[in-house]
Amino acid sequence: MPDDSQPTIRVADLRKTFNVPVREAGFAAALKSLVRRETREVRAVDDIGFEIQAGEVVGFLGPNGAGKTTTLKMLSGLLYPTSGEARVLGYIPSKREPAFLRQITMVMGNRNQLQWDLPALDSFDLIRAIYRLDPVAFRQTRDEFIELLELGDLVNKPVRNLSLGERMKVETVGALLHRPRVLFLDEPTIGLDVTMQKRIRSFVAEYNQRLGATVLLTSHYMADVQALCKRVVVIHHGRILFDGALAELAARFNATKTIGVVLKDGNVDLSAYGDVMSTDDDRVTLRVARADAPEVTTRLLRDLPVADLTIEDPPIEDVIEHVFAGAAADLKAEADAAEVASGARS
Amino acid sequence: MTNPAQPAIGPIRGYLDFYLTQIRVAIATQFQYRVANYFYMIGMVAEPVIYLVVWSTIARQQGGEVGGFTPGQFAAYYIVWTLVRNMNIIFTPYGWEWRIRTGELSGMLLRPMHPIHNDLGFFAGWKFVVILLWLPIALVLSLIFQPDLNPRPIDIAVFAVAIWGAYLIRSVNYWILGMITFWTTRVGPIFELVITAELLLSGRLVPLSLMPDWAQNLANVLPFKWTFGFPIEALVGRLPESELLGGLAMQVLWIAIGAIGVRVVWRFAIRRYGAVGG
Repeated sequence: MPDDSQPTIRVADLRKTFNVPVREAGFAAALKSLVRRETREVRAVDDIGFEIQAGEVVGFLGPNGAGKTTTLKMLSGLLYPTSGEARVLGYIPSKREPAFLRQITMVMGNRNQLQWDLPALDSFDLIRAIYRLDPVAFRQTRDEFIELLELGDLVNKPVRNLSLGERMKVETVGALLHRPRVLFLDEPTIGLDVTMQKRIRSFVAEYNQRLGATVLLTSHYMADVQALCKRVVVIHHGRILFDGALAELAARFNATKTIGVVLKDGNVDLSAYGDVMSTDDDRVTLRVARADAPEVTTRLLRDLPVADLTIEDPPIEDVIEHVFAGAAADLKAEADAAEVASGARS
Repeated sequence: MTNPAQPAIGPIRGYLDFYLTQIRVAIATQFQYRVANYFYMIGMVAEPVIYLVVWSTIARQQGGEVGGFTPGQFAAYYIVWTLVRNMNIIFTPYGWEWRIRTGELSGMLLRPMHPIHNDLGFFAGWKFVVILLWLPIALVLSLIFQPDLNPRPIDIAVFAVAIWGAYLIRSVNYWILGMITFWTTRVGPIFELVITAELLLSGRLVPLSLMPDWAQNLANVLPFKWTFGFPIEALVGRLPESELLGGLAMQVLWIAIGAIGVRVVWRFAIRRYGAVGG
């Protein structure tokens, strides 16, 4: 039985490696592989650790191949970890105990779990039977979710006749009908238009608030992360680069501020005040060091006829890109150092 | 306050409810494809009709029978064959690669229920559609080939149970076979080998009583006979009561062996699952 005083998700030194066959191109290499098959070990997740408390909504960020989905799959019991420890609601996910599976869900944006040829209502009924839900409570939840996502008559149409966005909405309802306490959302809004993304986001937020569910979300759309997550975990090449508040991520990894200036008498050259990033009509955008922002602002207001002035953090996408670029540079430096060291030994 | 870890319904009522719901879903799904299903069945009938024509011709050339089978008995054997073959449709072992690649298996693994129940329920539901579509086909075949079929009530009763026994044996065995996909992706040749053995040693290609003694003895200790030859022969009325009941007992044995096999192989197979398809 899980202990509620413990974190809902606890990960320590978690690792997942895959043995990937490697072979050079060409006929000779093909013949060679008949006799000796070579494999390479790929560390998809490399000794990561974090804790998530009940009710938290955490963004799990990283570029493609960073290890996000692999981590989510280990936490949902789809993959066996190579080593380390993962606990969700006190359960070891890889044991895949029914009591554990009954309390979690995983939504993958590009996958269809409902019966393709039948109306979603039929699939929902099958979900009720699979989870052995109380019929009255099930109907109540189903109708509540249908109303929240404004599904209306869509649930009576065969799933194959729904658009991608409509399908994603009914898929999301199907994934939550058993009222899970932990949600693993892997790109839940991928491929959807802005309106549909917003609808899914607000539904997840509403679900989190109403049921106090814990959510771990991956998304390449920063709007998802900004709308839902106060905390983010950034992963790259299987390693965690950052774990903390979204605001802190910007503060730590972004050493700059963006100053937007509109002058009363048109544009003048502002390069003496900072890096000019863009000039649109009469608005000039400058990038300055975070520490210099107050002093530059004072100078601008003192020296020039300013009609409007804004100071902003750069877009979160730029911050994340900066984090990944920094990590890539660090890894390259590590690899270069290792190469030099091995050369020195030989 | 309900405990979210515990289901609201007990296991027996829960499984019964699941199977009934899954069967309803399967019937509704297959009715969406009734024309495709009909053409599929017509295509499937071609195989036994060829066997029937060949064996009936040989029987007539050999003075009216081969190995105790008259043309009318061959007709009975192969017309019943068409129903048994349809009852034997299960999730193909070839489907496992697709199931992994598309991520369907990941979805099944997230549910608090072993995925085999999904297949057993779905394909069981399909049978009801199949039986409905089979009736006119059987009628036409009977009018053309004039089967000699006079089953006793016990034959009909045993047949009604045995076709479901056959379905379960084939389901669990081919599930085990399909799980080889977790170890290697190119499993087609292994499947072909097993399917060839089944063709020869099940009574599918030819009634087992026409096979040499060694083949009949071998068939007795393998599962294939209990999925084809036994249910067919139970209905065409060639087995004494002791063999009918003994056959059902053998089916129970093979279901139990298969179920244990599924449980053991699954435990190791699932550790190798890479969830590559989502």
